[in-house]
Amino acid sequence: MTDHERRGTKLGVGESRAGAIGLGVAAWAVAMLWIFPIAWTVFTSFKTEQDASSQTLHHGLSFHRYSDVSHSTVGTLALRTAFTNSLVVVLVSTVVVMLLALPAAYALAIRPVAKWRDVLFFFISVKFLPVVASIFPIYVYAEKWNLIGTRQILVILYIAINLPLAIWMMRSFFMEVPRELIEASEIDGTSLFNQLRSVIIPIAAPGIAATALLCVIFAWNEYFYAIQLNFAGASTMPQWVIGNVSTRGNFLAKLSAASIIACLPVVLAGWAAQKRMIRGLSMGAIK
Amino acid sequence: MASVQYDAATRLYPGTSKAAVDELNLSITDGELLVLVGPSGSGKSTALRMLAGLEPLDAGHVLIGGKDVSAVRPRDRDIAMVFQNYALYPQLNVAANMGFALKQQGVRKEERLRRVREVAKLLDLEPYLDRKPRNLSGGQRQRVAMGRAIVRQPQVFLMDEPLSNLDAKLRVQTRTELVELQKRLAVTTVYVTHDQVEAMTMGHRVAVLREGGLQQCDTPSTLYHAPANLFVAGFIGSPAMNILPVARTGPVEIAGVRIGVDDDLGGERTIIGFRPEAVVVGSGSISARIRVVEDLGSEVFVHLLIDHLGEERRLVARAEVPFDGLSGDNVQLGLRGAVHLFDEAEMRRTTVTL
Repeated sequence: MTDHERRGTKLGVGESRAGAIGLGVAAWAVAMLWIFPIAWTVFTSFKTEQDASSQTLHHGLSFHRYSDVSHSTVGTLALRTAFTNSLVVVLVSTVVVMLLALPAAYALAIRPVAKWRDVLFFFISVKFLPVVASIFPIYVYAEKWNLIGTRQILVILYIAINLPLAIWMMRSFFMEVPRELIEASEIDGTSLFNQLRSVIIPIAAPGIAATALLCVIFAWNEYFYAIQLNFAGASTMPQWVIGNVSTRGNFLAKLSAASIIACLPVVLAGWAAQKRMIRGLSMGAIK
Repeated sequence: MASVQYDAATRLYPGTSKAAVDELNLSITDGELLVLVGPSGSGKSTALRMLAGLEPLDAGHVLIGGKDVSAVRPRDRDIAMVFQNYALYPQLNVAANMGFALKQQGVRKEERLRRVREVAKLLDLEPYLDRKPRNLSGGQRQRVAMGRAIVRQPQVFLMDEPLSNLDAKLRVQTRTELVELQKRLAVTTVYVTHDQVEAMTMGHRVAVLREGGLQQCDTPSTLYHAPANLFVAGFIGSPAMNILPVARTGPVEIAGVRIGVDDDLGGERTIIGFRPEAVVVGSGSISARIRVVEDLGSEVFVHLLIDHLGEERRLVARAEVPFDGLSGDNVQLGLRGAVHLFDEAEMRRTTVTL
């Protein structure tokens, strides 16, 4: 094999090099279209505010906007506070969701309970409700129980939001565990707990990881409840990003920097989990 | 080690009206290798799963060692099962797979390792103990699945088509090894297969199932030479038994020629059956034409056409080697050996030796 042949995409029988290059160019064009808003944001975050608002580049690029946004003015939500709040809310809600979804998915996939279809539909039907429609009763009760402005209310809501999805995903991953393996473990004398721990969870691990990551992403990015039920002290990263709009006047570059800071943890987590995530997502029929 | 009994055991899958296993009565003695055989949908796997406890009984009982286990959980039945696709735990290595059940039982680690090594030695699996199942060949995986069952020292082995994923040559070789091993361990074994050759070569006794009903349970030789009914006669043996409709009364005629059988079963005679080796090609008074000659080297099967009761019928004969007939040749046939007569209900009523 020559060097030339080894380079680039391997051609299938009857495929031309020109066709492959054409498709490659088209793919790159689409990718560029996709990455444009993010690239623009990254670029803007390094500009001065003057350059950012006039879409020019006279004053060069710097990290100054990042240092601006990480030092809060008095009376606004600090980055450190928002980050800690997000971290606590996301991790606690995700752990609880996984702990609840695991037995639920087992009961729906491995040993289907009576009326399992109805149960499954009930879980997803919860998602039909527009978030806006739920905010009023939630607000009323949150206020009654003194939960406004606390992390607890967000933890509770994120558990409620993520649980149906987690159960659906985990169920489909558990369905992929070969029936015979579960039967073999039953004959081999595993207890319910051991069956989960030694057989089902190791095999469904990529799927479980993918589910957890999705829960983390959803909770991290959740904006509506975070804004409506929290004002300052207990609020999360999305609120902190928005906080950079109203309080700082000429803001485009700072807002960009804030957005990038808010995205980074999830992007890094996704990157770290990429391998497992892809295996997990391709394992079941997840849409 | 223990005996196994099915006592009117019945399984009706929810949403179906016909039982998958219908009042099965079967006694398996201690140390016996019993083969459950039948076409797909015959209920053989369901019967095995009922014994394993993976399938509940809707009526009747299953007994192991004289004890009714119908309501006992699989893990408390003291059985081991080998699955068709082996069902090895993919995340565990060979040693951990084999020792899994012992670990669940709380057997100490040294004892576990000792027993795993012992069985690994028996099955030539010692070099592979650290490997994951995905790094093993099909034959090795099969042996690990066997080993996992043996390590447990159970009362009964259950095997669900354990050889069907092996290639033909390895399957024949493993078949012999399995028979040998079962004899050595003397553990009661229930073995499910759809392959009648496997059933005949392995089983001490063979139970033939059809649509959930037991047709006959006997030694391979009895099944072959004295099948209880037309289904067993047709299912056992390869190539299959020749089956022809005959007149209800008068001497039996094939292609218009009397063959020397006069019994009319009191007017209920409807079918005659005879095996390929009962057909003599080259001498006799039945006229036939050769369709195809299959020369297997050690034996030759001659596929023939005869004109019987106004219709063209097919027959198979096992001919002497060497055989020099060709496709399209006209030949004369005779019958020598066992000829079975069946009644309207397709039951075998008598066998005449010509």
